[in-house]
Amino acid sequence: MTLSERLRQKISDTFYQHGLLCASYPIPIILFTAFCILACCYPLLKLPLPGTGPVEYTTPIRDYSPPSVDNKGDPTDRPDWYLGPPVAYIQQILVKAIVSPWDKNLIPVDVFRSPLSRVFQLVEEIRNHVYRDSAGSCSLEEVCLQVTDLLPGLKKIQKQLPEHGCLIISPGNFWQNERERFDSDADIIATVHQYEPKGLHTSATIKDLLFGVPGKYSGVSLYNRKHVVAYTITIVFQHYNTKFLSSLRSRLKSLHPSINCTLREDQMVHVHFKEEIGIAELIPLVTTYIILFAYIYFSTRKIDMVKSKWGLALAAVVTVLSSLLMSVGLCTLFGLTPTLNGGEIFPYLVVVIGLENVLVLTKSVVSTPVDLEVKLRIAQGLSNESWSIMKNMATELGIIIIGYFTLVPAIQEFCLFAVVGLVSDFFLQMFFFTTVLSIDIRRMELADLNRRLPAEACLPPAKSSTLRARDSQQRCERQTALRTSTPHTITLQPSSFRNLRLPKRLRVIYFLARTRLAQRIIMVGTVIWIGILVYTDPAGLGTYLAAQVSEQSPLGDAGLPPLAVPPVFPGGAPESSLNVLPPSDPTPFLENKSQDDQQFVWNIPAGHVSAPDIAAGPEISWSPGEEEIWRKLSFRHWPSLFGYYNITLAKRYISLLPVIPVSLYLNTQEAIEARHPQDTRRFIPPIPGFDNRVDQLPSKPQVQSDFTLYKVAALGLAAGVLLVLLLFFLYRILCPRNYGQNGMSHGRRHRGELPCDDYGYSPPVSEISPLLLRGHSMDIECLASDGMLLVSCCLAGQIRVWDAQSGDCLTTIPSPGLRRNSSEVWEHQATWELGVELENSFCGTEENLDSAIAEYPLRRRQIPSRLTLFGDQPDLTPLIDTNFSEQTSHPIRKASEGLDGFDYGEVVQQAYQEPKSMTCPQAFPSSPTLSSAVRRHSLGDDSLSSPSRVPSLTPSWPGDWESSVWALELQGNLIAVGRSSGKLELWDAVGGTLRCSNEEGLSGITALIFLSNRIVAARLNGSLDFFTLDVNKPSTLLQHRGTPIRNSMTHSPCYSSDDVITCHLTHVIQCAHQKPITVLRAAAGRVVTGSQDHTVRVYRLEDSCCLFTLQGHSGGITSIYIDQTMVLASGGQDGAICIWDVLTGSRVSHMYGHRGDVTSLICTTTCIISSGLDDLICIWDRSTGIKLYSIQQEVGCGSSLGVISENLMVTGGQGCVSFWDLNYGDLLQTVYLGKCNEGQGVRQLLVLDNAAIVCDFGNELSLVYVPSVLEKLD
Amino acid sequence: MAEVSKIKGLQPVSRGPYISAITNKHMNLMIRGVVLFTIGVFLALVLNLLQVQRNVTLFPPDVIASIFSSAWWVPPCCGTASAVIGLLYPCIDSRLGEPHKFKREWSSVMRCVAVFVGINHASAKVDFANNIQLSLTLAALSIGLWWTFDRSRSGFGLGIGIAFLATLATQLLVYNGVFQYTSPDFLYVRSWLPCIYFAGGITMGNIGRQLAMYECKVIQEKIHQD
Repeated sequence: MTLSERLRQKISDTFYQHGLLCASYPIPIILFTAFCILACCYPLLKLPLPGTGPVEYTTPIRDYSPPSVDNKGDPTDRPDWYLGPPVAYIQQILVKAIVSPWDKNLIPVDVFRSPLSRVFQLVEEIRNHVYRDSAGSCSLEEVCLQVTDLLPGLKKIQKQLPEHGCLIISPGNFWQNERERFDSDADIIATVHQYEPKGLHTSATIKDLLFGVPGKYSGVSLYNRKHVVAYTITIVFQHYNTKFLSSLRSRLKSLHPSINCTLREDQMVHVHFKEEIGIAELIPLVTTYIILFAYIYFSTRKIDMVKSKWGLALAAVVTVLSSLLMSVGLCTLFGLTPTLNGGEIFPYLVVVIGLENVLVLTKSVVSTPVDLEVKLRIAQGLSNESWSIMKNMATELGIIIIGYFTLVPAIQEFCLFAVVGLVSDFFLQMFFFTTVLSIDIRRMELADLNRRLPAEACLPPAKSSTLRARDSQQRCERQTALRTSTPHTITLQPSSFRNLRLPKRLRVIYFLARTRLAQRIIMVGTVIWIGILVYTDPAGLGTYLAAQVSEQSPLGDAGLPPLAVPPVFPGGAPESSLNVLPPSDPTPFLENKSQDDQQFVWNIPAGHVSAPDIAAGPEISWSPGEEEIWRKLSFRHWPSLFGYYNITLAKRYISLLPVIPVSLYLNTQEAIEARHPQDTRRFIPPIPGFDNRVDQLPSKPQVQSDFTLYKVAALGLAAGVLLVLLLFFLYRILCPRNYGQNGMSHGRRHRGELPCDDYGYSPPVSEISPLLLRGHSMDIECLASDGMLLVSCCLAGQIRVWDAQSGDCLTTIPSPGLRRNSSEVWEHQATWELGVELENSFCGTEENLDSAIAEYPLRRRQIPSRLTLFGDQPDLTPLIDTNFSEQTSHPIRKASEGLDGFDYGEVVQQAYQEPKSMTCPQAFPSSPTLSSAVRRHSLGDDSLSSPSRVPSLTPSWPGDWESSVWALELQGNLIAVGRSSGKLELWDAVGGTLRCSNEEGLSGITALIFLSNRIVAARLNGSLDFFTLDVNKPSTLLQHRGTPIRNSMTHSPCYSSDDVITCHLTHVIQCAHQKPITVLRAAAGRVVTGSQDHTVRVYRLEDSCCLFTLQGHSGGITSIYIDQTMVLASGGQDGAICIWDVLTGSRVSHMYGHRGDVTSLICTTTCIISSGLDDLICIWDRSTGIKLYSIQQEVGCGSSLGVISENLMVTGGQGCVSFWDLNYGDLLQTVYLGKCNEGQGVRQLLVLDNAAIVCDFGNELSLVYVPSVLEKLD
Repeated sequence: MAEVSKIKGLQPVSRGPYISAITNKHMNLMIRGVVLFTIGVFLALVLNLLQVQRNVTLFPPDVIASIFSSAWWVPPCCGTASAVIGLLYPCIDSRLGEPHKFKREWSSVMRCVAVFVGINHASAKVDFANNIQLSLTLAALSIGLWWTFDRSRSGFGLGIGIAFLATLATQLLVYNGVFQYTSPDFLYVRSWLPCIYFAGGITMGNIGRQLAMYECKVIQEKIHQD
């Protein structure tokens, strides 16, 4: 054992153990991985969120000077963008105003009307502020940022924003900074909200821009319970003039002192805005993401045969994503801060890490034997793929390490990430995904059990049988070799329980109807709609919640001493050139206020207003957070403001100066004076108390301001109702309640009980129920059909004719009375074909030993299945001594292994010697073989049977019952029977009479072709006989049979019972092949034979002339297909498939796909389907010879194949037939033929014209009608 | 191909005009060509955008027709080239008689395209110390792309040929002053250009092969639906 093999073994064992572990403790392992992921992602919390969020840098305002353009020699802690002067300095003046004391006669408009009216005075004051000192004067015009035109696209808001002058923004801009306009404005709220977009919005709105505070802070609302109105006046400076700014600050503070203000004033914040992502940058990014999603889509599409495909796909994506997150987190933890743009490299990382391992794992686990325990399956699947996974991982790591040594920083970083990502991905695959897979497979088995129980109640549950447990033990030791060793364990493909594939539209509708998706979506949509309505409603929950939150925040600061600090007048601002408004005297005001406070409390009925409200009172409080009120604005606030003037902030920064707080206290009188005449009319003073306004007032103003909103809501509701009705009708039309019954139009269909639910969904599975044709006492040997009639022959030599439509038995040949006679001798018979062959050689018939040996390997497989076959046949137990057969089986098996001598046990010898010595004619039925291509030789065809029997017309005992039937063909109402004695018989299918027989050949007929009036018989000795049928009609009765069934047969002649049919040998090709002919096919006027001698011969049907001898196989020919297009395919024991051109005799292509014999071969117009002894069904492209895909079937599944339509294939299995979609290789459905005896394999399968399938099933025939869906596809 | 047509010819079944159009060999070829052309145009637009953003290629202002800020003739040229390459690869495969079987699935093709875009991305956005390093890295990446997704000798040979021809064409174009590269270090162009062309050839060939394989399937399905 080399080193690599040892390593491989070790890896495989490790993975096996790991798989067991994962599948045994799924929940703890998933919890563990979740913990790991979270732990590794924890460092990510420290990272700034990706995107274009601004970056801040704070400097003290003292000794501030704009940074120099180059940062050479500067301390390193400042960010690299902090270079040069900022775009602008922004000074915000935060005004908080309150009407105090609040009088109960005041109306809600008073809360903000008079405070807003003060903004004009303030703005004037600021505009006219001039700083003068000895060095000269400095006015605002000199330092402020002069703006020019707005961007041309903004005509709408042109009036609201200043043009050609200083950029000073305040709420007064709504009224063009004119007090008169404000005073004449009847509806302030409407003016303020006129440019507000409806619905959800994220960018900065005009209201936010002008107010400079977030909308809910402004307090410009009718339901402002705190009566505090806040707004800012924003001044944008181009130059930083310390003296001017400080004088302005002190001036404003002295005019409007804020008593308890503790805002910090010593820091200035520089905000750097990142590069904005334009469409040009976005396109490549979007492209890479599209490619990424296509990759994920195409990858996850391959996950199959699991319970929840989408669940697993999700798990796969989660695995990849969280491994990426983990890698970033780990890199951050170890100090490798990512500098790459995460969004850009992410798709490449996903592609590098890939989903392949996950898919390979899934595939491998799914392909393990289904009868194993789940954890063993997982373990096996893991260990099967361990080597390739490790190899891939090593390769990828190698490539990445090579990439690391390119010494390019970006690539190195990428590689580092990729390495960590790969390792964490491996970890997650091994722990997370494997565990999820085990859970999924367990779920699938449970679901399958549940679904299976009603139909297959007699089956033991999949895991409880002790036999299975033992098998599992065995398999656990070594996986692959054991697959064939337990043929008793009949397992069913898990996917065989999948429903029949319906057309897509029907499936969609089923899905919609089943899940009631439409209703639910509408319900959820309505709920969301209502939620949005409630939230965005100015009177609604949003503002209410906001009010609640903001009310509670002062409570936290309650520890501060409540005011009572006498106002301190800063000594500044003596130079103010204009004093518009004398400051109100604060001291009486305060007293006043406290009294009013009391008063106010009295006015409030207890219980209506929460405690913080009372405590806060009409006091203007400055919470520490308000010094940076701009933080609460949208981060697009400043870029959009500057953007209006075509100034970009991308990759530049602005400096925000500390806020100047201004408090305005207005008394009741001022508030009342400021009223607009219409205000009083529109707002009736609330008489019972101000607190009831919450209940009362909303209705009235709401009608005015949000009328459109309600209209939209009503419209939406109506539309929703309409949609529901429409969908309901659609649903009724498409899925009528009696859906389950529409299959009744196929009246013949044998329908079981449909497990319909209330809505009439019947699983289409139950539409296919096989019709069992019972009557034969032994296994069915030959089967032939012409679409209308069905002829079968069992081992006992009994031929039955059935109606292929109804399944009625029409004729039995011989008649039942006669059969009874011969049945007694069957007790002595053993059915082992080797014994039979032995007898052949004993008897000295024409067979030589070579052929017996040569044929032998073909049947090797049959022996184990025969054992079960015998145990399961209830009918035969009285007839066959099972003990006897069990005893004899072992010596025979032994003998079969050593082929050198036919050394049989005494018992067998006797069993065969006895009838031979008696020389009485007996029919020794032979066992069924794999295919009808190879025939056995039974004892009866010795030379003693009289060769010169004259065909008699009497129905009683007319035929040759000593020999068994090897070949059967049906045409019209004639059955051609080829017997092991070499006799060819023609029977009337309806009458059951022998019409003709020919005994010119002595060697057994292995295959027959019956085409119009010609019969070709292939014999065991390799000769090929051509017969011609002559019909001598009685002169008067030249007619065709008039039964309706026959009428539909147009091409095949019908022979009236009055006709005298003679069959004479026209041509004999004595030595067509050196060895027995195994296959005989005819089409397009050609007869093709395949033989054990490795050759295929092509004959012309008319003159029996040999056209070609095709050589190319290195083994005996086992199957041949020829169709009207003259394409000939042949398969041999060497596992090869050859495609020949019949016109030229040349080999078109040559494919190898099977390990072992090719057992059957069928072509469609586009592909070739072959099945082999290795239980593999291969689908090949017909023109190129490339293998499209292959289907691994269960062991001993049989080799019968049929093609119903171009894309529907049917295969026989153990007690079932399976339908496959040829395009994709999907298993569509499996139909179980019987309930208990799955041991019976389907060996022959015929596809009839009416999309029915006939297959043999032990001693029964099974007629399966393919459901209507499939018929439509034809 | 010859066999396909023979089989089709022999089939007596008559089909509708659409199906026969699809199954027609020339039609089939044309459809594939159009698909490849579209993909080529799209990739050219996107990748050129990457280069233009970083000022790697400079187009004189009079040439610019300002369609996605690159010259109008670039996308059609790339589209035509990719159609030719995409059709050439399966054709050569069938001529050589060695059908390409390595990783024949769409997910692999998508991965290949993603890596190709990544190589372009790297050429445009990653800052390398010098041009030699950049070119060597990209060459290694391109060879890696071939090894990961193609591994056929014909693919390699064709890729080399395409890279050579395309580089020659670009040199001629730049020489005649149609456009220019910033900091050319390989005559008139950047030295990584052949690598990009090679990777592009491999990628388009991959797509073309997959389409050629897919086309059969489409025909099959259409027949069934019929």
